Amino acid sequence: MAQTPTTGAAAETFRPIAPRPPPSSAVGPLRWARDNLFSSPLNVILTLIGLYLVWLIVPGVIDWAILSADFTGSTRDDCPSDGACWVFILQRLDFFIYGFYPDAERWRVDVMFLMLAAVLVPQFIPGFPARGRTWLGIFGLTLYPVITGVLLLGGLFGLPFIETGKWGGLMLTLVLSYVGIVAALPIGILLALGRRSSMPVIRTICVIFIELWRGVPLISVLFMASVMLPLFLPEGVNFDKLLRALIGIVMFQSAYMAEVIRGGLQGIPKGQYEAASALGLGYWRSTALIILPQALKMVIPGIVNTFIALFKDTTLVLIIGLFDILGTVQAAIVDPAWGRVAVEGYVFAAFCFWVFCFGMSRYSQGLEKKLHTGHKR
Amino acid sequence: MAEPAVPAPPQGPAPWRNPRVRAVAFQVVALLLLLWFFWTIFNNTLTNMESRGITTGFGFLDNTAGFGILFSLIPYDETNTYGRTFVVGLLNTLLVSGLGILFATIIGFILGIARLSPNWLIGKMALVYIEITRNIPLLLQIFFWYFAVLRTVPGPRESVEFPLGAFLNNRGLYVPAPQVESSFWFVVATFGAAIVGAVALLRWAKNRQDTTGRRFPAWPVSLAMVVGLPLLVFWIIGAPLTWDIPELKGFNFKGGMRLIPEFIALWLALTLYTASFIGEIVRSGIQAVSHGQTEASQALGLKRGQSLRLIVIPQAMRIIIPPLTSQYLNLTKNSSLATAIGYPDLVSVFMGTSLNQTGQAVEIVAMTMAVYVAISLTISLLMNLYNRAVALKER
Repeated sequence: MAQTPTTGAAAETFRPIAPRPPPSSAVGPLRWARDNLFSSPLNVILTLIGLYLVWLIVPGVIDWAILSADFTGSTRDDCPSDGACWVFILQRLDFFIYGFYPDAERWRVDVMFLMLAAVLVPQFIPGFPARGRTWLGIFGLTLYPVITGVLLLGGLFGLPFIETGKWGGLMLTLVLSYVGIVAALPIGILLALGRRSSMPVIRTICVIFIELWRGVPLISVLFMASVMLPLFLPEGVNFDKLLRALIGIVMFQSAYMAEVIRGGLQGIPKGQYEAASALGLGYWRSTALIILPQALKMVIPGIVNTFIALFKDTTLVLIIGLFDILGTVQAAIVDPAWGRVAVEGYVFAAFCFWVFCFGMSRYSQGLEKKLHTGHKR
Repeated sequence: MAEPAVPAPPQGPAPWRNPRVRAVAFQVVALLLLLWFFWTIFNNTLTNMESRGITTGFGFLDNTAGFGILFSLIPYDETNTYGRTFVVGLLNTLLVSGLGILFATIIGFILGIARLSPNWLIGKMALVYIEITRNIPLLLQIFFWYFAVLRTVPGPRESVEFPLGAFLNNRGLYVPAPQVESSFWFVVATFGAAIVGAVALLRWAKNRQDTTGRRFPAWPVSLAMVVGLPLLVFWIIGAPLTWDIPELKGFNFKGGMRLIPEFIALWLALTLYTASFIGEIVRSGIQAVSHGQTEASQALGLKRGQSLRLIVIPQAMRIIIPPLTSQYLNLTKNSSLATAIGYPDLVSVFMGTSLNQTGQAVEIVAMTMAVYVAISLTISLLMNLYNRAVALKER
């Protein structure tokens, strides 16, 4: 048996004394504070300035938003305190979510929200079967917009027709950004392929299209869509305001999408193209089966980032007279019955956008980390 | 034995299978479709404009505009032409974007460096600031500053007083206006000369160090030159600069310079929003410089400051420049949100009011878009030149 050799029966076994805990100056919060807050004279000054700023801002904000805010009631008179009047937000919440959509038909919007959640949530659950995720994603990109379009607009299957002028609030923001991204994706793919094409005419057309839309502000695109589109169409043909805004947004967004996808296409090594043609695949088949699946996967974070930008940019439609979340808030805060509630309204709208955008940016950062295969320290 | 049959020379594919032929055909079809598309649009537009009685051409630029503009850098009144409203709008756009770019860059670099600070509190504060501002739409921030802050400050009599004689009230921000005498230009000239001299001194010092290895304290000396010489001249010729400080006279302020609230709200929102993006760009640029570089510079015995200045920053700049350029472009394009609060920028004055009055949508939209494309191209050209200067010189 392999045991520790002993010199004799009398030899005592070696018993180390348990290590003493390190001095309190080497571990624990004190050490942490010394390393991270007070490591040099400059850092001491910076920390003190930082603490002063925190003390200046945080208690005031907490007091305004929570401690002395009013949450219950139904009118302005229920907000006697100096704090925030959240009663206003709670009372007008339906307006901020559904806009002018008729009360009796709001279940249609709720169905849209639920279906959206059913499509999106499984994408974030790691344990969900991959095949199901793919099918849900395909459903979300193809059938879902059609179904919700029919559902929201009505006029078919006995659903009353709801004109788009009545759409508004969070629902309109989601419609604009979802349609914007779903329609911009295929156009963007075609543009990106065209920009990398070996045919000079196609390439030139794509480059001019992309650079032109990227060079102008979205607001001028929206103006153009609402003022010039009617001029371009034959007499008698007219789109409604929402559709015109959507066309403008999709054109604008597809140019940005094209640049993101081009980044992915450039990242595919040449061997993949050569291997595809060695297998006898033609341009479209090698693009669809070999190149795009790899390229699109690489640029998912970029696509999510474009989507965040688009989501924030949908607020611009209020300038051409559509009521997205910000538009409904803007309309509600001028109501004289509520007095000064501008700050509450903006904070609410900001919170809505922040939750969506922050969530999405965290998601895309997580993906980037997952896809990042280089070494990092 | 029969001679083996000579194989027929390989024939090329049939013309409709030949990639070259197909490419040409495809491009011709695409071109024809495009021409047809534009021709249809052109025709439709002409008929539509005729039926609505809209004139065409750029003649309207010489007509009298007949509307006032809130804020203008050049003299303007209602009797001026649409051409002049275009220039006024363009200058206002350039003013707010230029100032926005300047301050967003400064704040952005501070934020980016603060994010990497070894000080935990400072790093986290910068993080919180960045995550809040960049995830809230810019238009919402503009509205917040304009409607919730600047429109609710008290009237002139209860103005908020700032140090150095600045006053904020619901009519805008009143700041002291510099009143220069003609001899002040000597000071400016000295300042210019000092900068030229300092650049020459720095070059000479670098050359000398490169060739002989001897150093010269060029930075302190040139700094002293740039700051000291103009001050000396200023003092010698008897301080030819006075400040016109705004004063409350009756119901309003007299004197000083008035910045309208629309301008402040737009400028503030643009600056704070873009600064958070620039902060992240700076942070990721600095972090992207490989650790081997900093370790090598430490091994060479460089101090932390030297290693930052000589090793890390020059390499980080290469990564920072391209995304920084697109942020500058974004800021310039975003300045068109001025329309929403009524700051008279190009889109608001020209694409808004002028278009409504003349109805000449095609010309006005084309002119406005051309201006933005031109600005975009200019900024990217300048930044590309700078980028080429700092880019990696391959052997």
